[in-house]
Amino acid sequence: MLLAVRVTQELETPSDDGAVHQSNLEAVALRQDRAAFAALFTHFGPRIKAMMLKAGADTAQAEDLVQDAMLAVWRKAGQYKAGRGTVAAWIFTIARNARIDKLRRMSSQPYEDVDELEISSDATGSDDQLIASEEAELVSKALDALPEDQRRIVELAYLADKPQSEIARELAIPLGTVKSRLRLAYQKLRQTLEELR
Amino acid sequence: MKRAHHLDDATLTRFAAGDLDEAFAVVVASHIDMCEDCRARLRAAREVGGQLLEDTPQSALSDGALDRLLAKIDAGMAASDTAPAPIRTAVGDVPLPLSRYIGANLSDVPWRTIAPGIRKKVIPLKSTDSSLYMLQIGEGKEMPEHGHGGNEITLVLSGAYRDAMGVFGPGDVADLDEDVEHQPKVEPGAPCICLVATEHPTRFKGLIARLFQPIAGI
Repeated sequence: MLLAVRVTQELETPSDDGAVHQSNLEAVALRQDRAAFAALFTHFGPRIKAMMLKAGADTAQAEDLVQDAMLAVWRKAGQYKAGRGTVAAWIFTIARNARIDKLRRMSSQPYEDVDELEISSDATGSDDQLIASEEAELVSKALDALPEDQRRIVELAYLADKPQSEIARELAIPLGTVKSRLRLAYQKLRQTLEELR
Repeated sequence: MKRAHHLDDATLTRFAAGDLDEAFAVVVASHIDMCEDCRARLRAAREVGGQLLEDTPQSALSDGALDRLLAKIDAGMAASDTAPAPIRTAVGDVPLPLSRYIGANLSDVPWRTIAPGIRKKVIPLKSTDSSLYMLQIGEGKEMPEHGHGGNEITLVLSGAYRDAMGVFGPGDVADLDEDVEHQPKVEPGAPCICLVATEHPTRFKGLIARLFQPIAGI
């Protein structure tokens, strides 16, 4: 009984989620596996929609962006490399690029070029030794450990796509404070990752 | 290759979040192309995005959203394109993100002389309030001391310059806040070619400098 409880808890940890996403994505890449793709869609689709709504999309736009992003996930599944990060981070960048193209009406080419450089780069940095799922768990813990004011700014920047100037207006704080909080948050996150390396 | 001067953490986070406009994104992406350290740092910054996506409360999709997408896939819009992408890198001496705008070779840039020893190439962009341009400054040449009206990022593509913060060589980036003032001087040996994104026109100090600015247009 005790054992059963423990197993259930373990299954719910983010690292296990990450492993499931990873094997689903591999199944899409190798066999164009529809069931595996459906599982990814069911998990990430509603989250991408939430991200787009936060960024100011209306419902129809948000739904379209989910279609665009998940279609790109299907197409690019073979480009994902586990050593370069988690599936969630990979899908976040795909959704982010779709958001830049469609919501900001700006070219996401410089962003995509960097993603592509990652794919073609064979250099294995020390970062690769950390298994992606472990790294995800660390980032999750580090995010939880951030003071509320820093976490809020990080969320606004990543999910709500708020420019720094707008964040400053919304929270009624100087632009310099937004920058320094973002910097502090990133340094803390990075410290956590490095300590565990 | 090891670089001496890197991106500010806030800039790197903004790139990962997708907040930089095109001019700044091109300079940042070009530095990341030239800098392994910042590639690794960007990876950590991307994980933050992944984790926030995982944590965000979900918004239910409309009925049939998955079926619509599968129908698109069936219709061949996404024909079996799931193989790894071919490896693509810039072939010349221009970083891939910049090569989209000016081609792969620095020697092909159509410079315009704006002052003795200073040549400039403006890169026109459709969707940005900032400006993106390249400068080629002759060896030993000194730029007027200037502050910045807004953020400015400078990436050295070839040659080197020196200012109060040290020597900036190929791949090094000066990621400056608006209150920084500096007076770069190009190192002897070769002209220095830089890629610059600015939020507002740079302001030069002093009368001579102000007279110089309209000519230089920097």
